[in-house]
Amino acid sequence: MSTALVKPQNVTRSNRKWIIGYSIAGAFLYFVYQFLLNWEGLPLGIYDAINRWMPPAAVNESLVYVIMALGLNIVVGYAGLLDLGYVAFWAIGGYCAGWFMSEFFYFLKIHFFGAVPAEAPGIHINFWLVLIIGGFVCAFFGALIGAPTLRLKSDYLALVTLGFGEIIPQIFFNGENFFGFNISNGTKGIVQVDPIPVGFKDLGPFDFGWKLLIFLFLAAVMVFISLRLRRGRLGRAWLAIREDELAASMMGVPLMRTKLLSYAVGAFAGGLGGVAFATHVNGVYAERFNFAISIFLLAMVVLGGMGNVWGVILGAFVLSWVNGNGLSAFGALYNERFGTEIDFASFTFLLFGLVLILMMLFRREGLLPESRLKLVLHEGDIDEREASGKKAR
Amino acid sequence: MSNVLEAKNISVAFGGLLAVNSVDFDIPKRKIVSLIGPNGAGKTTLFNVLTGLYKPSVGTISYEGKDITDLPPHKIASIGIARTFQNIRLFGLMTAQENLLVAMHSKLKSGITSTILRTPKQRREESEAEDKAQYLLDYVGVGKWTYEFARNLSYGDQRRLEVARALALDPKVLLLDEPTAGMNPQETGVFIDFVRRLVSEKDISVMLIEHDMKVVMSVSERITVLDQGEKIAEGTSDQIKSNARVIEAYLGRAKEGRA
Repeated sequence: MSTALVKPQNVTRSNRKWIIGYSIAGAFLYFVYQFLLNWEGLPLGIYDAINRWMPPAAVNESLVYVIMALGLNIVVGYAGLLDLGYVAFWAIGGYCAGWFMSEFFYFLKIHFFGAVPAEAPGIHINFWLVLIIGGFVCAFFGALIGAPTLRLKSDYLALVTLGFGEIIPQIFFNGENFFGFNISNGTKGIVQVDPIPVGFKDLGPFDFGWKLLIFLFLAAVMVFISLRLRRGRLGRAWLAIREDELAASMMGVPLMRTKLLSYAVGAFAGGLGGVAFATHVNGVYAERFNFAISIFLLAMVVLGGMGNVWGVILGAFVLSWVNGNGLSAFGALYNERFGTEIDFASFTFLLFGLVLILMMLFRREGLLPESRLKLVLHEGDIDEREASGKKAR
Repeated sequence: MSNVLEAKNISVAFGGLLAVNSVDFDIPKRKIVSLIGPNGAGKTTLFNVLTGLYKPSVGTISYEGKDITDLPPHKIASIGIARTFQNIRLFGLMTAQENLLVAMHSKLKSGITSTILRTPKQRREESEAEDKAQYLLDYVGVGKWTYEFARNLSYGDQRRLEVARALALDPKVLLLDEPTAGMNPQETGVFIDFVRRLVSEKDISVMLIEHDMKVVMSVSERITVLDQGEKIAEGTSDQIKSNARVIEAYLGRAKEGRA
């Protein structure tokens, strides 16, 4: 009760400061990273180390996860709705890229500021436009899936989202003959997605440095959207629903509409992530969109700190790095040093399980928690301290 | 019309249990009326019906002449029926100010894009809403806790904040569910004076569920008594005090040897 007399901080200004600070730090790291990678005089040992521990491809993939985790954070962290099927939106976003910027629909010939020669068959729409299309298609599907499911209470909602998270990837997986149409090329996937036009050059799958910038930009857009929405009318309504759904409805918050919006905004980010990922791996592969990804994204949000964008970014980056590169790099080093042949990468989920258990035991609020949540989760400690006669915080 | 809210022939059934049985009542404009009755009489159920949380099995509710029986809860709240809860239900991890701003949700207009872009209109709307929130917080007397989390406030302040949150809906009807529960006599007195002031200063009618008979008798224009879901009496405090059925409901009948 000690801090209330003054406004804790001028929130908008402090947000702006945070954003500027993070942008500068990010840009600095980016240039150091790019400089080291491209510097001729770099000792070979360091070059190898960077490529082993932090190859550009792994960094880019981590950023895709950051984008999606930020979207899931809006659903899980802000509105408090447990979503176990988020991978569905990733898949839909991915296939938007597959449909609108490849030769998949070879019998059509539609070009719109695409990055391929005009005689190429298929639909070739500009990457930036596809990004927006993918986002909105996902938002639409988010609302569509949400409409029947969001009436359910938490546990049931989680189960139904789990179902949708299975159904949609399965549709794509078996999509070679979807009521007579080939919508996904099935297990073969859609290979080769158009490069990203940025004016002076077209970015193919191996232009990691430039694509890193683009993915960073997309992640920044999601951070911006998250922070702005959080402070506005809608963000308050989401938080109110997370706090007490019944009271929120009694205070004039339309529950369905508000929850649907959180789903739609979250799904939008999934769409961005899907399109970005398709350009990253230069294709869309149905078997990538499995249930484990939903859990993985959820773990990023929970480990990082539900509701706090910076925490979620950290969680997403760390987990996807460990999963994609860190653990196997560590394993290779370990095997080299000790002459063993342990397949460390196969222990990924064992490690995650262990980390999750440890986190729940010792740091339930996540790595960088939202200040509100920290308060509740450590309430027990306060009571204990008070009971033992020590002064509470 | 002198009644702001009229409920006719309300029945609520939970499975085979008739929680409220053909109850009629109305809330006159700018008056304080009370709803009393032993535990389990159906008082809170009736509040839940009025606010749209339960749909009555039978009966209609009209507000300012319009039928609102089938409106969803958030609509009912936004047209002007606000409530507090028996067990305080604030948004604990939101600041006092945010609690009030949530209640202004239906009054505010800014959508997703204007919030993301922070248009001048959205910013003006937000700052006006914040001013109004501060006014209400001051009005109920918790003005210094604007930026404190609701859960950190003292019990009495939480009760007050809940009233402020209800007032943020600009209600015509305020339903208070045991607002003085857990208050000491002095706090209760202050609170009741506050409710009186509210009715005289704003265009608000209050319906009170209350167990403290001293409060009920002193403040109510009219008292409705429920027992086991049925309305057993209605009238001024003097009429209720001497009503045989009310005494029976509260104290039992001597003949049967119930306490």
